[in-house]
Amino acid sequence: MINAVKSFEHFCRAMAMGSGLLLIAILFMMAFLGWPLIESGRFIALFSTEWNPQGKSYGILPMVMGSLRITLLALFFSLPMSISAACLTELLAPRSLRRLLLIAIRFMAGIPTVVYGFVAIFLLVPLMREYFIQGSGFSIITASLVLAVLIAPTMIIFFVNGMQSVPRPYCAAVDSLGARPMQKFVYLLLPQAYPTFLVGIVLGLGRAMGDTLISLMLAGNSVAMPESIAESGRTLTAHIALVIAADFSSMEFTTIFVCGLTLTLFAICLILSIRLLDHFGSGRVIQVENPRRPGHE
Amino acid sequence: MTKLFRLMLAALFLVTCATFTHAGDLDSFKGQGGALKIAGGTAHIPVMKVAAKMIIEAHPDIRITIAGGGSGVGIKQVGEGLIDIGNAGRKATDKEISNYGLVMHKWAIDGVGAVVNPQNPVTELTTEQLQGIFSGKIANWKELGGEDRAINLYDRDAASGTRSVFWKKGLKKADVSPKANVVPSNGAMKTAISGDPYSIGFVSVGHIDDSVAPVTLDGVAPTLDNVKNGSFAVARGLYSITKGDAQGLAKLFIDFLFSPTGQELVKAKGFVAVK
Repeated sequence: MINAVKSFEHFCRAMAMGSGLLLIAILFMMAFLGWPLIESGRFIALFSTEWNPQGKSYGILPMVMGSLRITLLALFFSLPMSISAACLTELLAPRSLRRLLLIAIRFMAGIPTVVYGFVAIFLLVPLMREYFIQGSGFSIITASLVLAVLIAPTMIIFFVNGMQSVPRPYCAAVDSLGARPMQKFVYLLLPQAYPTFLVGIVLGLGRAMGDTLISLMLAGNSVAMPESIAESGRTLTAHIALVIAADFSSMEFTTIFVCGLTLTLFAICLILSIRLLDHFGSGRVIQVENPRRPGHE
Repeated sequence: MTKLFRLMLAALFLVTCATFTHAGDLDSFKGQGGALKIAGGTAHIPVMKVAAKMIIEAHPDIRITIAGGGSGVGIKQVGEGLIDIGNAGRKATDKEISNYGLVMHKWAIDGVGAVVNPQNPVTELTTEQLQGIFSGKIANWKELGGEDRAINLYDRDAASGTRSVFWKKGLKKADVSPKANVVPSNGAMKTAISGDPYSIGFVSVGHIDDSVAPVTLDGVAPTLDNVKNGSFAVARGLYSITKGDAQGLAKLFIDFLFSPTGQELVKAKGFVAVK
């Protein structure tokens, strides 16, 4: 019996280390395959603004900017929506409705991205074209609106879990003082649960940045440097999807490894920065309050 | 309602496809089984789908999968041995042929025509106007006698066979504006054009139907007849590519495309038959 437990432990450890190594291996592979570019000194030229394989210029800066803009804009739209939805499901809605809302949100998290993209092409794109922006309707703002809906369920679920993990006695104390639900949120739940909130935001951001299909279908994919969010733009992910069909030995094919590397580095920076925030944040909470687990109630 | 009707018509068409099967063309598949993987050019898909359906229905032991991806993907994947048949709407480059040892089978000829939304009054252009539009010099439909709205350009990804022939023979290698929207397949192009009243793009002639309006180029309409008699010059062969000579199911499938039934199918889907 002990043996079985031990070997299971080893198994888990091997799996965890394996997935960690895999990430490092992926990074190395992309650096290795993109190496010809770095070596030939054309790496800097990659961060120019012109992508034109026929003219031998391979600038990926428009795609980097496209990715950043779409991701941040999606978060900008999604964050207020997610926080309000989480408050509704946890604090404001009648009790009978809360469970239903939570089920609906979990269901939303499972809808494939292609469905969102497809629906948006027929509903949102014409709307954007006719009423909001002059142009084709395929634009950075269209894609980020849909991405905002896509990443919302992930964030809402994390926010709700965070609020639920706040010790019940604290809640009872605040309730007994006669706090309104939103006062409870601002003065108790948000300060207590914000590390979980941050994790939710990181995962949402990661999902927005990593998503290929929505931006491929809706952002328009033009290679020009976007001058405004109402214009067509291309993300790094969509760029990889579009260029991967190119000839294996061609230069543009080599550049997509640099795109992948850039994308991965973005994700790592993102996670590290929020981890740091989280670290300082939770450290302070522990210093001020007692340990967060209240023991038996 | 018309959509539903069209859908029913399409279903009816699929059912009646069996009626133009020539006796014996499917016999070579007798006793065969296994899987055949096809991917690549999106212009080929309408013919491939119906051909596969006919084969599978007659011989249920055979499984055929058909994927898109574009001509570049087709050539690359067949070269790497990931699929049995790679479709391409352009000739493989000499480098690709020598690297992988590819063999090309040209079973149809296809034109590539510029298309606009059916609501657009502009349906005739000269090559110069087309070049002006795609390079971004002509940016408003007003300059061409249409509405006072900006022209929305739609382009294909650089590995597309449809794009390479349109760029070479339609635009005469003129520049394409980097501001053009880029879509990944013939189908996506049609969806985009049919939804956007101020758009212009290009699709394979086989894909032109009521949802998009073909643009007459220098007085010649992109129709099947004009492609066939050579007056519409923006045309290319549709190729199926194998690594080395075709063998087994891949050979049978390609032979089927060249059979009378296969060539009927090619015509029915709006391409020019080679036999």
